Amino acid sequence: MRGMYTLFKKEIWRFWKVSFQTVAAPVMTALLYLLIFSHALATRLEVYPGVSYTAFLVPGLVMMSLLQNSFANSSSSLIQSKVMGNIVFLLLTPISYLEFFLAFLAASMARGITVGLSVFLVTMFWVHLPLIHPWYILGFALMGSAMMGALGIVAGICTEKFDQLAAFQNFIIMPLTFLAGVFYSIHSLPPLWHQVSRFNPFFYIIDGFRYGFFGQGDVSPALSLSIVAVSFVLISMATLQLLKSGYKLRG
Amino acid sequence: MTIPAIKIEQVHKSFGKLDALRGVDLQIEQGEFFALLGPNGAGKSTLINILAGLMRPGSGHLSVLGHDVVTDYRKTRRLLGVVPQELVFDPFFNVREMLRFQAGYFGCGPENDPWIDEVLEGLGLTDKAYSNMRSLSGGMKRRALIAQALAHKPPVLVLDEPTAGVDVEVRQMLWAFINRLNKAGTTIILTTHYMEEAQTLCSRVAMLKQGEIVALDSTRNLLNRLQTKQLRLKLQGALPASLLPLKRGESGDYVTLNLAATTEVEYILAELRAANVAVEDLQLIEADLEDVFLDIMGHQP
Ligand SMILES: Nc1ncnc2c1ncn2[C@@H]1O[C@H](COP(=O)(O)OP(=O)(O)O)[C@@H](O)[C@H]1O
Ligand SMILES: [Mg+2]
Repeated sequence: MRGMYTLFKKEIWRFWKVSFQTVAAPVMTALLYLLIFSHALATRLEVYPGVSYTAFLVPGLVMMSLLQNSFANSSSSLIQSKVMGNIVFLLLTPISYLEFFLAFLAASMARGITVGLSVFLVTMFWVHLPLIHPWYILGFALMGSAMMGALGIVAGICTEKFDQLAAFQNFIIMPLTFLAGVFYSIHSLPPLWHQVSRFNPFFYIIDGFRYGFFGQGDVSPALSLSIVAVSFVLISMATLQLLKSGYKLRG
Repeated sequence: MTIPAIKIEQVHKSFGKLDALRGVDLQIEQGEFFALLGPNGAGKSTLINILAGLMRPGSGHLSVLGHDVVTDYRKTRRLLGVVPQELVFDPFFNVREMLRFQAGYFGCGPENDPWIDEVLEGLGLTDKAYSNMRSLSGGMKRRALIAQALAHKPPVLVLDEPTAGVDVEVRQMLWAFINRLNKAGTTIILTTHYMEEAQTLCSRVAMLKQGEIVALDSTRNLLNRLQTKQLRLKLQGALPASLLPLKRGESGDYVTLNLAATTEVEYILAELRAANVAVEDLQLIEADLEDVFLDIMGHQP
């Protein structure tokens, strides 16, 4: 137990020591999106009745930051220690594959939620958001960060170099989050894209999370939460299987 | 009967077509100072990595103090301290932080701090305790790596080429420290390229060649095994014909003769006197572990 807790603590330290890069920078990015998109589109769009476009945008940006940073934490830590070779120090310890998974997962969630919360707190200066269903907000934040933390572990294990990981991030994670309805309601999309979006698990996370704030969304939040939870469980099972087999870690 | 520190039974490991280990059997007792020798690519690191759980054995069994390294890995990893061959480190931490975290992975808490201080002291790292790992020199990194392996106070320490690229002074300091650990009861297993190191430090030696153990004996017995002591002579005159069969080589003024036994010296001197050849200088050279190593590696197993 203490071994797992130490690993968790180390992973927290790792991002906290460089929090300028790992927390402040993504908050800054989110604010830039908010500034540019709300300025460009605020007067023309009202997605939900009574909700300004700027207000609509904030939960999407919070969740996008949360997802990307949860993923970044586990994946970059793993790839770095693999490239540096210092992952052996972890592999030499009695920490089990389950503990390994939980420690990396929890640290990723902590980073994602820290960044998401920071984005939310900073935007409070400009935008007032209702919090109609706080439990949904919390539920989607936890599920979303957990799913991405687990996905980050898979990516960290399967890739061998930084550029492979960057490709994974730029060609899979970024498009999926961007196309998940951060900047628009999928109802405003042409029918084909509307249908395609429904296969994107990130769409459900963002829609459900937004429902927590405004009490309205494109699909039922309970359905969304179930889909996200099932995705998380499937990804976790796959991750645990990988870790148990020692794939790319123990020859 | 005490439980052996390490027991290795019929361990095989292959990488694709390459058989890196071909049925290794080896037992190391508690408290031994043991050397695993062999040329590059013999399989030493592979064997250590399997023992440490960094690789899985193809077949066979390995145990540490009676616990199987596959089925009871949580126990065996606590019992082992492993210094990997590569100079790897975590660039995020200073030496002390790194040691605290490493000990923490093994379940040790603040109660372990005095031991960490002791290790830092013993390895001459005290004034580097707050330096970032990145900023350390190669020799210092190697010492930090040894400290890291010791962080959780393991009863068995395995060092994979710990002195590669380390200067002589530091090497002696390292061995003094490791000797002290051994005297205090820690079992030490090392691989090295420096034969004189193995000869002076280790009580028992295994030689590995192409994945097979080709020699396993006490250092004393191995040295005795190579009977060919040598006699180096500086003579005034030519070597008598009767002694030519013993001749091994010549360099400068000296001629070297093979001795099957020390008693042959008497015979050689008698022959020289009979031939009226005066002896200006005479040296008796004992075989060292390097000779034994070359001799054994030279034979086909
Ligand atoms: N991960 C690996 N994949 C493929 N071949 C390997 C791997 N590790 C070691 N080998 C090969 O196995 C043999 C033994 O290597 P090693 O155990 O490192 O030797 P030593 O430590 O005695 O120099 C070498 O031929 C080496 O190339
Ligand atoms: Mg080696």
